Amino acid sequence: MSEPPPAGPRRWVIWLPLVLFGTFVALVLVGLLRPADHEVASKMIGKPLPQFNLPPAIAERPGLALEDFLSDGKPRLLNVFASWCIPCAVESPQLDALAKQGVEIDGIAIRDHREDVVAFLARNGNPFKRIGADNVSSVQLAIGSSGVPETFVIDGKGVIRYQHIGEIRADQVPMILQKLKEAES
Amino acid sequence: MKRWLGPVLLVLAAAAPLVPLAAQDTMPPAPYAYRQLDDPVKEAKAQALMETLRCLKCQSQSIADSEAPMAGDMRSEVRQRIAAGEDPEAIRAWLIERYGDYVSYAPRVTALTWPLFVLPAALLGLAALLLRRRFIRGRAREERE
Repeated sequence: MSEPPPAGPRRWVIWLPLVLFGTFVALVLVGLLRPADHEVASKMIGKPLPQFNLPPAIAERPGLALEDFLSDGKPRLLNVFASWCIPCAVESPQLDALAKQGVEIDGIAIRDHREDVVAFLARNGNPFKRIGADNVSSVQLAIGSSGVPETFVIDGKGVIRYQHIGEIRADQVPMILQKLKEAES
Repeated sequence: MKRWLGPVLLVLAAAAPLVPLAAQDTMPPAPYAYRQLDDPVKEAKAQALMETLRCLKCQSQSIADSEAPMAGDMRSEVRQRIAAGEDPEAIRAWLIERYGDYVSYAPRVTALTWPLFVLPAALLGLAALLLRRRFIRGRAREERE
């Protein structure tokens, strides 16, 4: 053990474990300090909507099927909502504003009773052309949506072009309009 | 703590006695959310698959463990597909196509993850090589002494 340390260029090697350890600590710190992102984005962007046919959620609006997205070749919004979802009420004025600007919005009500949807729309306004009732989240699963509210931009060919997770805030309305415009081409 | 959380909590606390807070739906669970399949072989297949699928609402639980309504809907979807004769891995692939690898707890070898599988083997090999050299050197020294 009394041999002299190996001479030459290999002495820096003894620092390697420390450097590795430091890198590891830095990595853990970055992971701890960065706010966690728990949203699961849909992988269906750029893919066509699946085949589906949902019964109407309320008497005043028709149900929703894939064919409704292919009828006029215009991009439209698909809003996944529920009467029991608090942020869904928060985004109602924004959906109304979009509808007033001529945007067609179709809704899917997740796990919802008819009378609850009616009360929710009476309270918050009804910007929807059609509302399908998805009582077992089957269409929600088929389009890769993991919560409410979520809003999808669907182009005239029925292809999903954009997914907005969470409520649409007032300052995000122009962005949604922009996404709809992009979906025209 | 997030800045908006304080006022929101205040409002909620004030409103709590007035309205029951409906943060979850009151719909009955999907048909096969809490009901096993009649065929025990198919149920076992479904159970094994459900234990390796992530609940999207409660991301540290599998859908087999979770009480979230959406997890119930996913269990029902899985059981109905298994009952219809679909292969468990095909159902996993269907979900991965929609939610990405994140939805599955079963690791896959992909262009991104292959180092995780290759590295341990490579390190073990390297360790064996280094130890072997050291042992040979040690024996050689012993024989000299």
